[in-house]
Amino acid sequence: MTSHFLPEPSPDASLPDEKGRFGEFGGRFVPETLIAALDQLETEYYQSRKDPAFQAELDVLLRDFVGRPSPLYFAKRLTEHCGGAQIWFKREDLNHTGAHKINSTLGQALLTMRMGKKRVIAETGAGQHGVATATACAHFGIPCVIYMGEEDIRRQQPNVQSMKMLGAEICPVTTGSRTLRDAVNQAMRDWMSSVGETHYILGSVVGPHPFPLIVRDYQAVIGRETIRQSQERFGRLPDAVVACVGGGSNAAGMFYPFVAETDVPLVGVEAGGESDQPGRHASSLTFGKPGVLHGSFSYVLQDEDGQTDDVHSASAGLDYPGVGPEHSHWKSTGRVEYRSCRDDEALAAFDLVARNEGILPALETSHAIAKGMEVAKERGKDEVVIICLSGRGDKDAGEIQRLKNEATARRI
Amino acid sequence: MSAIDKLFQRLKAEGKKAFMPFVTAGDPNLEFTAAMLRRLDAEGCHLAELGIPYSDPIADGPVIQASYTRSLNGGTKLNGIFAMASDVTAEISMPIVTMVSYAIIYRMGIDEYLRQAIAAGISGAIVPDMPVDESDELAAKCKLLDFSLIQLITPTTPRDRAVQIAEQTTGFIYYVSITGITGERTELPSDLADNLKWLRSVTDLPICVGFGISKLEHVEVLKPVADGLIVGSAIVRRIAAATNDQSKNQDVMDDVGGFAQGMLSAIND
Repeated sequence: MTSHFLPEPSPDASLPDEKGRFGEFGGRFVPETLIAALDQLETEYYQSRKDPAFQAELDVLLRDFVGRPSPLYFAKRLTEHCGGAQIWFKREDLNHTGAHKINSTLGQALLTMRMGKKRVIAETGAGQHGVATATACAHFGIPCVIYMGEEDIRRQQPNVQSMKMLGAEICPVTTGSRTLRDAVNQAMRDWMSSVGETHYILGSVVGPHPFPLIVRDYQAVIGRETIRQSQERFGRLPDAVVACVGGGSNAAGMFYPFVAETDVPLVGVEAGGESDQPGRHASSLTFGKPGVLHGSFSYVLQDEDGQTDDVHSASAGLDYPGVGPEHSHWKSTGRVEYRSCRDDEALAAFDLVARNEGILPALETSHAIAKGMEVAKERGKDEVVIICLSGRGDKDAGEIQRLKNEATARRI
Repeated sequence: MSAIDKLFQRLKAEGKKAFMPFVTAGDPNLEFTAAMLRRLDAEGCHLAELGIPYSDPIADGPVIQASYTRSLNGGTKLNGIFAMASDVTAEISMPIVTMVSYAIIYRMGIDEYLRQAIAAGISGAIVPDMPVDESDELAAKCKLLDFSLIQLITPTTPRDRAVQIAEQTTGFIYYVSITGITGERTELPSDLADNLKWLRSVTDLPICVGFGISKLEHVEVLKPVADGLIVGSAIVRRIAAATNDQSKNQDVMDDVGGFAQGMLSAIND
């Protein structure tokens, strides 16, 4: 029996190659201390893919604990509002913990136990990955420490409270910009000292090989379900697929099964922040250059000396100066089109979806919705545009109100 | 033969070990760094590691991280570092190697980085986030230019891989004493001396030990099994007291100079 949820043979089985490269991107640019652990992780991961018991355990968890498959939902009033193609949402927000992140943390928690490791660390930006990691660790009884920037702790309080209730220890990160990038640095430093007994559950398709591969494969359940649901609903594949990209995990999971379906346009949406000026956005693929950050060769926002730029996004989950190496590869091959969405466009999309559909999308997701509506307007009424509704926005209620008050104050 | 090869050849002939301080370039400014390098040379230090400040150093503990932040906040740029090094290396006898992230080398371009480093009188590089598997291109170019590429071996490195790294390394092997990030430690791992003895049996390259070393007791343990000791955080912590007014930094210079003197005499008493 083939698994519903786990990776089937890759449509481009050669990627990543044995050095963890997607074309020229990816690889391993980390201290020697971590190499043995990455080798172990790679070996155990490939073995687990061939282990029916491992796959069966994950299948049951994804069905009964997460609630998969997530629905494909017709956003009727949003479609009428836009006046173009039909807009459908892939409802990852309906997963347990309210986002796609749980797809990967359960698999990685199982890998943790398979490797005989006794402790988990993770970074989080918006807090969704932190909550999903804390949830998986509570489920299996694994102690877990979550690194989170102070600025993100401020703007994502509901998730901080959830993580604490789930028994996770939160380590505030006070260095640098006190956001996701600094949380990754601090988690990596913890791992440098604890690598023997600790697994680092990385949240996105970033970092050194094999993380971009593992996270993509666990998230690919999104795209595989979407293909199956499209065939059932429409008798064909959609006419375009849209997802937001910070590190790029929900987009990688949505796009990967579609990559071989070359007739389906794929659109990734980066955080455009407040302007195109350096420091005021987080659009690594749109404005960055290939370089090295957090263990991987990929597009990155840096100055001419290779120092990482400060970035800005209203959404903590997209507020990151790098991007997964496979996205860089898809950009360079032209398979995926990447667009950039400003803070105010995302906030407007949030309002529209809240009032027209009765759904509060995450601020991250709102970027995908804003550009997904643009894509829909470019297309005819009998076409289908699917947007990955990667997470729910309850966590953002306070921050959105604060941003609106700020905007009102500026107008006065 | 690079300046580093010559240094270790001389030390071997004299039956001596190397003491190698680390300083962050531009902490608190490049004028201070230049004065500090001259002082360390005058004290008789054998080689200096010049830390190129980087925004995201994942192998570094709080002390060196903070020094990088101070330096970058002060506006330190690569071209300024090379200009400072160029002035200093013309006057001192100890070789200088840069500790530098591959993010920085890649952005400048490998060829251009090596050209500027060599023009500035720098003798080699340690690239802590570039493991041997990714180092082919840089290693080949360094060999052609007789520029040492010092690679790291750690307690988590399997032995067959350690042999492979030793074969790819030039100048000296940087053995990381602990599984962790940079920073002073009270105690070093109990199997450190044994691991170094094993490494000694499979390579003729000089083996220098760094990470965690700060105390005279550490020197006693390592002296019989290492060719050199690298000390970073214990020096950078002292330099953190320096100000941008160089006329007021004599105490800091003397503090670091005195510390280096103590380590030097412990190593080669």
